[in-house]
Amino acid sequence: MADTGERVLVDFRTEPARYKHWTLAFDGPVATLLMDVREDGGLRPGYELKLNSYDLGVDIELYDAAQRLRFEHPEVGAVVVTSGKERIFCAGANIRMLSQSTHAFKVNFCKFTNETRNALEEATAESRQAYLCAVNGPCAGGGYELALATDWIIMADDGNTAVSLPEVPLLAVLPGTGGLTRLVDKRHVRRDRADFFCTTEEGVKGQRAVEWGLVDEVVPRSRLDEAVRRRARELAARTDRPADAKGIALTPLARTLEGDRVTYGSVACAIDRPRGLAEITIVGPTVAPPADARGIHAAGAAFWPLALARELDDLILHLRTNEEQIGLWVFKTRGVAGLVEAYDRALAAHRDDWLVREIRLYLKRTWKRLDVSSRSLFALVEPGSCFVGTLLELCLAADRSYMLDGAREGDERPAAAVRLTELNFGAYPMVNGLSRLASRFLAEPARVDKLRARIGEDLSAGAAAEAGLVSFTPDDIDWHDEVRMALEARASFSPDALTGMEASLRFGGPETLESKIFARLSAWQNWIFQRPNAVGPTGALSVYGSGQRGEFDRRRV
Amino acid sequence: MAGIDYTERIPNNVGLAEDLRLQRALEDWQPKFLDWWRDMGPHGYQAKETYLRTAVSVDAQGWAQFGYVRMPEYRWGIFLAEPEPGRRISFGDHKGAPAWQEVPGEYRGVLRRLIVTQGDTEPASVEQQRHLGRTCPSLYDLRNLFQVNVEEGRHLWAMVYLLDAYFGRDGREESEALLQRRSGDRDKPRILGAFNEKTPDWLSYFMFTFFTDRDGKYQLAGLAESGFDPLSRTCRFMLTEEAHHMFVGETGVGRVVQRACELMRQHKTDDVRPHGGIDLRMLQRYLNFHYAVSLDLFGSEISTNAANFYTMGLKGRFEETKKDDDHQLKTATYTVTGLDGDRLVTREEPALPSLNERLRDDYIADCQRGVDRWNRVIKEHGIDFQLRLPHRAFQRAIGLFADVRVSPEGRVLSQAEWEAKKHEWLPTEEDQAWVQSLMRPETEPGKFASWIAPPPRGVNGQPLDFEYVRLA
Repeated sequence: MADTGERVLVDFRTEPARYKHWTLAFDGPVATLLMDVREDGGLRPGYELKLNSYDLGVDIELYDAAQRLRFEHPEVGAVVVTSGKERIFCAGANIRMLSQSTHAFKVNFCKFTNETRNALEEATAESRQAYLCAVNGPCAGGGYELALATDWIIMADDGNTAVSLPEVPLLAVLPGTGGLTRLVDKRHVRRDRADFFCTTEEGVKGQRAVEWGLVDEVVPRSRLDEAVRRRARELAARTDRPADAKGIALTPLARTLEGDRVTYGSVACAIDRPRGLAEITIVGPTVAPPADARGIHAAGAAFWPLALARELDDLILHLRTNEEQIGLWVFKTRGVAGLVEAYDRALAAHRDDWLVREIRLYLKRTWKRLDVSSRSLFALVEPGSCFVGTLLELCLAADRSYMLDGAREGDERPAAAVRLTELNFGAYPMVNGLSRLASRFLAEPARVDKLRARIGEDLSAGAAAEAGLVSFTPDDIDWHDEVRMALEARASFSPDALTGMEASLRFGGPETLESKIFARLSAWQNWIFQRPNAVGPTGALSVYGSGQRGEFDRRRV
Repeated sequence: MAGIDYTERIPNNVGLAEDLRLQRALEDWQPKFLDWWRDMGPHGYQAKETYLRTAVSVDAQGWAQFGYVRMPEYRWGIFLAEPEPGRRISFGDHKGAPAWQEVPGEYRGVLRRLIVTQGDTEPASVEQQRHLGRTCPSLYDLRNLFQVNVEEGRHLWAMVYLLDAYFGRDGREESEALLQRRSGDRDKPRILGAFNEKTPDWLSYFMFTFFTDRDGKYQLAGLAESGFDPLSRTCRFMLTEEAHHMFVGETGVGRVVQRACELMRQHKTDDVRPHGGIDLRMLQRYLNFHYAVSLDLFGSEISTNAANFYTMGLKGRFEETKKDDDHQLKTATYTVTGLDGDRLVTREEPALPSLNERLRDDYIADCQRGVDRWNRVIKEHGIDFQLRLPHRAFQRAIGLFADVRVSPEGRVLSQAEWEAKKHEWLPTEEDQAWVQSLMRPETEPGKFASWIAPPPRGVNGQPLDFEYVRLA
């Protein structure tokens, strides 16, 4: 955390040498992520991280470790998540931390931890880096939800180790990282058994946990290491990642914070506090992409699309966590359309290269992070901009977009144009499993195919509006007032109502495991998180640890 | 077991003969218990007749009947203290409500866990002590060991009774699991750390019985206050038996102290080892070790579980009903010793989460009384030495002091300081080898090993040279 005077900022940038809570170990194609949380290593004062419980700081390290495993370790085909403590796997999110946090902090914390767990599942499925979990001690709440995000759960059968989701009986809240959804939707646990499990504080252990599908196998403690090693080798053997490739280093991310400006290499953000908005400008590449995959590897973290993903990812996390009052993010781009398109072509041409695959997946995750951010998203398309392919996703992700029709008076630059590339047609699916284009045209799926024919074409404001890619196209005379009023109106609405409305409108189309997890988090968990039965003066979460019992308003809502 | 006379086979005051559900459970469990006893009970003495006390009822005549019995034929009974008419819950949120005669659904899981954790310690200590017989210092001590063992077995029965009678299928599964875990087993260890340690020799055994069984006494005392009446009544009766275990520990260590003093006087030396004794400094090191391990059993200084158990009315304080306060403690505080950097400090903490520490304080005071009695023996011999309880922060593995090194006087040490001094404070390999070398069996009636003084009197009015265990 960086101390900026009044506010203590949460910094999401870290690296293994600075980890307090996790250790990474490597054994050929198998990596082990060892959780050994330092009790006094909490992000904020006021709580101790006992029993391998976690706070945002612990999860930031987990996130970083998972990212590095993907980029820095192509040779790793399986990752074992386990505990470095002798008598506990993980007790879940730290309850005292939760009970002393604001509602907004809790919601944001849960969002981030959910994104990280989803990313573990994505690593298994798409990066072909399979996660498995060795439950070597009691595994409760968020601890079990972490296990649920892996592909295979092995548990010690020692008469004591159990998995549990004790939130309902113990805390009067719900598991906040997809536990309930993954039980029935991923592991297909029978609903009556899931019901019993989620209302039984002590959870389920041993053979019954296997029979019910809560874990995949149980083994005696003395054989746990061996069984985990064997299973990890098996999973690693299925990967298509190259065993002999060299990873690229995720070098420290340069960022400057000056007043209300946050600046990276290709991303800059100016916060306008009186208007409650952040203007985020993405700068396109200035040089052509390397000619081949080898060149992309050589460029490493400096390769523009990867740098973009890292910078934007960090900015989103920074703004979400440290700038709660800035409710409207306005996206602009600046650069040469042809260069952006060239990078997209490189990403398409080398999609089978492991590193290029990772970069595409990272961009996909970053856009998804944007989709689920509880901020209004606007895009402004003006002359000099480069909303092309990958960057056009910003426009498609926005709740609303404005594109200047024609040139500006006194501006020599040509009128703004947008351009589609191959990557708009499936490289970056949303949590509903559809591309942003497909999500946009649910009423006319054929339109997506038609647009495919226009890949590479410069679309003027008129053409973009006709194609349905932008919302409004004021000309120079109307632009200023039109945009100003739209931003002012947006800033005047209830932030809660906007969050709910935006989340409801953004994800049309089918449900997926991920979309259900976010929807239920937003609706059920976040509602319960504010109810007096949980957080009122006598709510179960408020009095947890004091030895007093929660008192409930018995009326069902 | 159909047609069996339950009252004869399993002495009880719980109406076993009429309780079909309980009969069914115990019919299944009892043979498994006997298998466990044969596998894990005292090794090599199962067929020997031992002069044991058996409880056949809870009244003054019935609870202590003496006679020779082979241990597998011991009549393990099920006894609850007599009910208190109109008993009410005396603490927590349900204070004043009638004591529960059935398990409250809301607390089913927590209550079962409490009972299982307590129950797990009973067979564990039998397992830990199963090889001690072959190095007994006398037939008198051998008999006392077996008495303690069969009573731990009965305490297991008592907990199994509660699980089987009140917790349905889950309870029966837990009853069975109590027989499946094994002290020190890597795959199925006993639940609490101290019960997976070895009890390698009789000095450790006496120390264990004084310090670790005394933890059991205080846990039982807390459960004896429980709002769940069957648990309360069970624990109250167990406490009467636990007193004998305390007696074995206190007099056991006391007799080692006395023997050391006698040898010191007789040979005018502090070094009693050449004369087959255990010197007082070594005793102090054993004391330090067992005391620290036992303090850990009380759990963390600040404990949500302890607070919940109290508020729920499941586990009270030591002598809860004798305390003069509101018995809810929602606003009360309690003084807890903690760490401030490298200093030990006391702080006022909310009373409810501090209940483990409070019980530990009661325990420490009780231990001190025993140590005082040993010191009286030393003083009576005119020897200038005192045994001391080390500081509560010394050598702890659980709670606020788990990560620091603290001297017996209560000074926080660097790792280097600790390494330089620890051999003065904890049993060394040399100590253990020496004690091991003394462990030669003495099985002639009336004779005692060189390192321990005879007791002042025998069991149940019998002479010291009584044949407490028939080895022939």
